[in-house]
Amino acid sequence: MSETIETDALIVGAGPAGLFAVFELGLLDIRAHVIDILPRAGGQCSELYPEKPIYDIPGHPLVTGQGLTDNLLEQIKPFNPTFHFNEMVETLTPTGTPEQPSFEVTTDAGTKFKAKVVFVAAGGGSFQPKKPPIAGIEAYENKSVFYAVRRMEDFRDRDVVIVGGGDSALDWTLNLQPIAKSLTLVHRRDQFRAAPHSVNALQELIAAKKVDFRLGQVTAIEGADGELSSVTIRGNDNVDTVVSAHRMMPFFGLTMKLGPVADWGLNLNENLVPVDTEKFETNHPGIFAIGDINTYPGKLKLILCGFHEGALAAQKAHRYIFPDKKLLFQYTTSSTNLQKKLGV
Amino acid sequence: MVKTSLYDQANRYGAEPGGGAPTKAKITFVDSHGQARTVEGETGSTVMETARRNDIPEIPAECGGACACATCHVYVDEAWVEKVGKPSQMEEDMLDFAFDVKPNSRLSCQITVRPELDGLVVTTPSQQG
Repeated sequence: MSETIETDALIVGAGPAGLFAVFELGLLDIRAHVIDILPRAGGQCSELYPEKPIYDIPGHPLVTGQGLTDNLLEQIKPFNPTFHFNEMVETLTPTGTPEQPSFEVTTDAGTKFKAKVVFVAAGGGSFQPKKPPIAGIEAYENKSVFYAVRRMEDFRDRDVVIVGGGDSALDWTLNLQPIAKSLTLVHRRDQFRAAPHSVNALQELIAAKKVDFRLGQVTAIEGADGELSSVTIRGNDNVDTVVSAHRMMPFFGLTMKLGPVADWGLNLNENLVPVDTEKFETNHPGIFAIGDINTYPGKLKLILCGFHEGALAAQKAHRYIFPDKKLLFQYTTSSTNLQKKLGV
Repeated sequence: MVKTSLYDQANRYGAEPGGGAPTKAKITFVDSHGQARTVEGETGSTVMETARRNDIPEIPAECGGACACATCHVYVDEAWVEKVGKPSQMEEDMLDFAFDVKPNSRLSCQITVRPELDGLVVTTPSQQG
C-alpha cells in the first residue's frame, strides 16, 4: 500500500487549462498536484500540434503548441506543482460535506490522493492509442500486437511488422531492426512525416534490404492464442500479400476517450461536464471542470476560455480551503504580496 | 465534442467576408452502413462543422477542426473529387493517422463549403479513432 498524498487541490489534466489553474490557485496560496496520462505536460497542445502556430492567445500574436506549454511551465514555476505523469485517475470518491468537501482519488498506477478540491481539466478525456479496424485484433493486443514498446527483448529474433509513417513508426523501425529477425514497414505512401535524420536512416536500411518496405495497409492478421503468425498486407495496387509476423506494432497516433471521468458521479451532457459560469463548479461541490471538458451556454472551446474558467474556479476553491480567510482581490502589477509569491 | 460549441465557433470564425448572409449548399453524408443523410451547409463553414451541427454520425472530429487528429476522415464521391480538390501537404501528413485511406480520402475539416459544392456526397469510414 502506497502512502496517501495530501493536497489542497488536485488537477486532472496537464493541458493549458490545468497548467494555468496551478497559477491562479498558487496566487491564492493553494498548492496543487497535477495528474496526466501522457508522459509530459501540454495535453493536446504538445501531443496533437506541438509545431502548429496558435494565433488566438491574448498577448501572443503567434505561439506554437509546445511554445505555449513551455511558457506556462515557466509561469507556474514559483508555485512548484507536483506532476504525476503516465497516470490516469480511475476513482474519485467524495468523503467530505458540501460545505467542506474532500475527495479520495486513486490512479491506475495505484497512487492515492486526499484533496480538498478537484479541478477536472481533462480536455477530451484521456489519450489512448488508435486501434486499427482489423478483425480479431483485441485477442492479440499486449501479447503480440503492441501500441508501445515496453521490453525490446520481446522483439528479438522475431518477424516484426510495423505500420505507419510518423516518428513513432520510424523510431521503432530503426531501434528494432538490429535485433529483429526481419522487419517489415507498411505505410500508405512513400513519404514519411518524421525527423529528417530518421527518414534518411530508414532509406538507407531499405536500400540495403534490411527493412522490407511495403506500400499499403494491413487488412487481416492470423495466429492462435494471441500469438501472431502472419499478417495480410493489401498493397496500393490492391494485391494481397501474406507476410510472416510474430509481432506487429500499429502507429496511428492517439485518440481521446472520456474514460473514467464518466464514472465519477458528475452530470454529463454529450461527454461534457456541465458547470455554472460563476464558479465553473460541477453538480458536485468541490469538483470544478475547466477547459474543453466543460459545457455551459455559449461555451467556446478556446484555450483563453480555459484560462478564465480556472481563475474564477480558484476563487471558489479558496472559500472551501480557507473558509475563515477573507479573499482580497489583488493585481500582480501592484500587490507586493502577490509579487512575493511569484518571487519577483 | 458537442455540436453547440462547434456551431458557435463556426459563427465566430467562419463568417462570410463582406458580411453578406451565408448561402447554403446541400451535402449528403453516407454512413458506413449505407444510410444517407442530406443536410444544408453554410458556405464558409467546413464539411466537418456541417456534420457536427446536424448530428451526423461517424465524424467525431476530436480536435475541433485544427487538422490535428484525423477523426473527420471522409471519402469524397468520385463525381466530386475534382471539384473538392486535393489535400494540402499538412492534410496528407495527417491522413497517415486515418484508417483505410484511399485516393479519394479527405479530412472534412479541411473542406470549406462553397456554392459550387452544392450536392456534394461524402461517405464516412467505419472507424475513425
